[in-house]
Amino acid sequence: MKIIVLVKEVPDTYGDRKLNLETGLADRAASDVVLDEIGERALELALKYADANDGADVAVLTLAPEGATATIRKGLAMGADRAVHVCDEALLGADLGLTAEALAAAIRRQGFDLVVTGNVSTDGSGGMIPAMLAELLDVPHATGLSSVEIGDGVVSGTRPVESGVQQVSADLPAVISVTEALPEGRFPNFKGIMAAKKKPFEVLTLADLGVAADNPEMARSIMLTVAEKPPRASGVKILDEGDAGDKLADFLVANRLA
Amino acid sequence: MTDFPRDAILVVLETSASGVLEDAAPGLLGAAAAAGTPVALVLAAPGAGGSAATEAAALGAAQVLIAESADPAALGVPGVDALAAAAERVRPDAILISHSLNGRDLAGRYAVRSRSAVSADAIDVARDEEGVVAHHSVYGGAYNVASTATFGAPVITVRQGSIDARAAAQPEVSETLTVVPSGKPAARIDSFEEVVGSSSRPELRGAAKVVAGGRGLGSQEQFELVGQLADALGAAVGASRAAVDAGYIPQSHQVGQTGVSVSPQLYIALGISGAIQHRAGMQTAKTIVAVNKDGDAPIFEVADFGVVGDVFKVVPQLISALEARKK
Ligand SMILES: Cc1cc2nc3c(=O)[nH]c(=O)nc-3n(C[C@H](O)[C@H](O)[C@H](O)COP(=O)(O)OP(=O)(O)OC[C@H]3O[C@@H](n4cnc5c(N)ncnc54)[C@H](O)[C@@H]3O)c2cc1C
Ligand SMILES: Nc1ncnc2c1ncn2[C@@H]1O[C@H](COP(=O)(O)O)[C@@H](O)[C@H]1O
Repeated sequence: MKIIVLVKEVPDTYGDRKLNLETGLADRAASDVVLDEIGERALELALKYADANDGADVAVLTLAPEGATATIRKGLAMGADRAVHVCDEALLGADLGLTAEALAAAIRRQGFDLVVTGNVSTDGSGGMIPAMLAELLDVPHATGLSSVEIGDGVVSGTRPVESGVQQVSADLPAVISVTEALPEGRFPNFKGIMAAKKKPFEVLTLADLGVAADNPEMARSIMLTVAEKPPRASGVKILDEGDAGDKLADFLVANRLA
Repeated sequence: MTDFPRDAILVVLETSASGVLEDAAPGLLGAAAAAGTPVALVLAAPGAGGSAATEAAALGAAQVLIAESADPAALGVPGVDALAAAAERVRPDAILISHSLNGRDLAGRYAVRSRSAVSADAIDVARDEEGVVAHHSVYGGAYNVASTATFGAPVITVRQGSIDARAAAQPEVSETLTVVPSGKPAARIDSFEEVVGSSSRPELRGAAKVVAGGRGLGSQEQFELVGQLADALGAAVGASRAAVDAGYIPQSHQVGQTGVSVSPQLYIALGISGAIQHRAGMQTAKTIVAVNKDGDAPIFEVADFGVVGDVFKVVPQLISALEARKK
């Protein structure tokens, strides 16, 4: 069973995240970067399967700038067998379409039974890469799964939607995406960190993948403007002296909010 | 019906299993009307197409194409096939889809298939000389970004509850769309359990008022205090991730980065510390009120009215004060 887990390096949500107002791109220097938490949960799912089943091969795949090596290594330290890093200057500012194309080409090159992704990434909040990959790879998608069972030739799970809860299943090969209802990723231990240094780590360019960043047939999404909103100022803060509930009621009524 | 308006905006509307249009429909048609002439593609449960088309026209669709899936158990793919057929006929200037899970899947797959540009999670849609532009609020509302397609009709997913505009009702003009299945492999929906709207409370997305509770509520039973204040104000109920993780309330109520983003008139945070990921989903609210016993909690940095105090003392008093004033 070949499982490819898609992990992404993102600005740490615990810090201040900045966009460059000229380029509209994430300002990587302004914030710490981390492995997206949802990607760690996706990896945990694959590692649990590998713990229980012989012959499973788990690869982490990412598309990110050059500096992302340390972040990807964390996936290896957690227990992935291999890492693949798609890295090319022409990918700077890539839109969802180009990102999906490059990732799909890298996945095809590895060969796969199951691709596991997060449902949405914390920086883009697009939540579309999984379905785009499924279309490009010509396989089923089962997205937004809050529980997953990987069986023999089939993957199934629970899929909460607006109007209710679906039970879904897909024949392999398939692409699934998982929600944060899945268990957190394991912490890398010392042994894992040492082992990670010896694991295969492949870096691929767009040329390796046969993908053109400037294919004129592909419509791309472009940013027209980026504007920063002034941060919110705080208002009054009172200490409850036994009448704060009444005072709050006054405030709500005075502002026509109650 | 062979001609479609030259400034058509194709709006994709799903029906629920019981046949009614999704909650996002009025906002999607409202957004489309601001950028062109709304033409709806209704992805209906078998047998529900006719009534859904009537509903879509009442909400502002000038023309409606009806696609009832021949294989409703196939996940996603029949909708993509229908959208491809509809876009081929309508030749719209943009395609609007709800930023729901199914909507995102549909937009992603269709964009790949048609080589279209995709703009995700728009909070507004407008038209300028160049074409249709999507507006986004990113990094938890810290930035406003506008995006468009280099060429062709952009596929735009619209954040649920973000559009206040509504389109004027139109006379119903509908027809059934002929869809040739692509035969692409799809996952199967083996079973479905509908959640019946058990609560009379407003829907969180798009609510004018939200009362949210965090880990500070302490237990599932005590979390009911959040619901009591919400009912006193006619507000929707929200929660922090910690409250969801602790099982006080289902995940669909989570506000924040990985939950729902809300921009209500009033947001009341009870027993919520105000972690940056929570603030990312609510800091664009018009007025923010916080009650927290820790005076250093970061939620106070964004609160217009902060109370340093115990929710179990402050909130019951607030509820009685509100009730007293109603009399
Ligand atoms: C990638 C990622 C995504 C995340 N996404 C989200 C998200 O979408 N939404 C979200 O909310 N969080 C999210 N989080 C989690 C976030 O970091 C916080 O852990 C979470 O918001 C904390 O919830 P809380 O404020 O309820 O709990 P706590 O931080 O534990 O705060 C509880 C508060 O209650 C107060 N309190 C306790 N008892 C009382 C009382 N009797 N009266 C008054 N106050 C009291 C305490 O002083 C404290 O401030 C995310 C984290 C990560 C890493
Ligand atoms: N650049 C990337 N590299 C690797 N995986 C990605 C990348 N972008 C998105 N993904 C995967 O797709 C999921 C959903 O991302 P998105 O569609 O960007 O919200 C993420 O959780 C990742 O698993």
